[in-house]
Amino acid sequence: MATEHSRTAARLMVSPAVILLFLWMIVPLGMTIYFSFLRYNLLMPGMESWTGFDNYYYFITQHAFWDALINTLLLVGGVLVITVVGGVALALLLDQPSKGQGIVRVMVIAPFFVMPTVSALVWKNMFMNPVNGMFAHIAKAFGLQPFDFLSHAPLASIILIVAWSWLPFATLILLTALQSLDREQMEAAEMDGASWLNRFIYLTVPHLTRSITVVVLIQSIFLLSVFAEILVTTNGGPGTASTNLPYLVYAQSLLNYDVGGGSAGGIIAVILANIVAIFLMRMIGKNLET
Amino acid sequence: MSRKSTATRQAVVTVAAWTIGFLIFFPILWTIILSFKSEGDAIKAPLDVLTSTWTMESYHEVQERSNYLKHFWNSVVLSLGSTLLALLIAIPAAWSMAFVPGKRTKDLLMWMLSTKMMPAVGVLVPMYLMFRDFGLLDTRIGLVVVLTLINLPIVVWMLYTYFKEIPGEILEAARMDGANLRSEILYILTPMAVPGIASTLLLNIILAWNEAFWTLQLTTSNAAPLTQFIASYSSPEGLFYAKLSAASTMAIAPILILGWFSQKQLVRGLTFGAVK
Repeated sequence: MATEHSRTAARLMVSPAVILLFLWMIVPLGMTIYFSFLRYNLLMPGMESWTGFDNYYYFITQHAFWDALINTLLLVGGVLVITVVGGVALALLLDQPSKGQGIVRVMVIAPFFVMPTVSALVWKNMFMNPVNGMFAHIAKAFGLQPFDFLSHAPLASIILIVAWSWLPFATLILLTALQSLDREQMEAAEMDGASWLNRFIYLTVPHLTRSITVVVLIQSIFLLSVFAEILVTTNGGPGTASTNLPYLVYAQSLLNYDVGGGSAGGIIAVILANIVAIFLMRMIGKNLET
Repeated sequence: MSRKSTATRQAVVTVAAWTIGFLIFFPILWTIILSFKSEGDAIKAPLDVLTSTWTMESYHEVQERSNYLKHFWNSVVLSLGSTLLALLIAIPAAWSMAFVPGKRTKDLLMWMLSTKMMPAVGVLVPMYLMFRDFGLLDTRIGLVVVLTLINLPIVVWMLYTYFKEIPGEILEAARMDGANLRSEILYILTPMAVPGIASTLLLNIILAWNEAFWTLQLTTSNAAPLTQFIASYSSPEGLFYAKLSAASTMAIAPILILGWFSQKQLVRGLTFGAVK
């Protein structure tokens, strides 16, 4: 069917998308790499000079970088653990026949559609505020001292907020996967006397492995660049207690006007994300073969 | 299993599912409730909040204080504009990759996806400087372009997985029956492609509506969509729970409704077809 003529037409149809994405990838990234080798401060325009790897050296040796790196990993890891474990449990529950399943699904999926600035501010004020928040009211009702979540456990609080936004995503994907599980095989195992636990370990878990991998990898891509939630709740503080890598780069380049240092940080973030991306691409690439 | 124990089991599952579903949904529900309270009532203990009077005053105040409608309109223009632009570029590309696949089609698709892996913060500085130098900061046109580019790979991928499912044989059959190219496209391909295009449109509007990195970095007021509008509440002035709730409710309501319609497509779109 594919003649020479139609192949040329096909190339013409693909090219706008390819050219645009190519430019989008190469131009700003090239500029970031270039800036990362310059001493370049927005407050001193026209004073740019070549510094080699100095920016990388200063970025990596500052204390804030290591804090931010650890915070980034804790944030990604914490949210992943909560959403995968919670997602599997929820998916198993929602897969059981029950009344009003449709409505429950609608309630569970809802947080995913809430924009990050809204979810962060709602949790910060209406729930975690130590004076008027819901948790403070509950603590007072039991005669306890209200806990100031965002000052005393800023990173944990942000993990909770972000996990709330992503739990629906994990649940929905795992539920979709569960529903494609072979019912007859399950029933056969049950007839043969396999316990619930054994059926879970030997049938359900292997069936879900692929979907869990997909959830982990896709969420990692988004979680590595969490930004809005931190900006509107803690501004990365107190100190660097809740600063992650994207926030550190933002602070360095647009709050401290250090374009060179910020660019070096940006490149480090790109490298980190690419390590995760390589795994994701392999997964999806495999899927494309079938 | 006897019928009775099945019924008991279903009752237990139902109660558990509703309880957990309610807890997950609760922050949203509570926000909606607070939005219909006065500022004084909104900070009371939960039970006192429920028994206090209901009012619409926060909605009026939000509109007066910060011109909600302008930001709502910006969100509409940005999400719809970037989605339509992305579709315009992606439909021909996905179409030709699905129907005239070459040796490198797979590599091309993977490469497109890889552009999505680049963290936004890696290109923050040059984007900011370019926007500043071209006078695009706080303009809708600049942001439409950025949102189009960041979502283009997802749009191409989603469309590709949908188009791939349209059987090529059906075209040959139609041709045998004497259909010409025009009627092929009009009566066979378009009706089969429309559902896929519609789901892609829906999912992409949701993603663009909630995008909160570039919209926060590149806008301040004129082109600011609802994400930025809500962020202005991060520095509170006096009592503001009811106003924040009203603003939040208005920011998420349209997309919550769209989102509920697109649950199924969401899984497929966000996993690039890996989970269907």
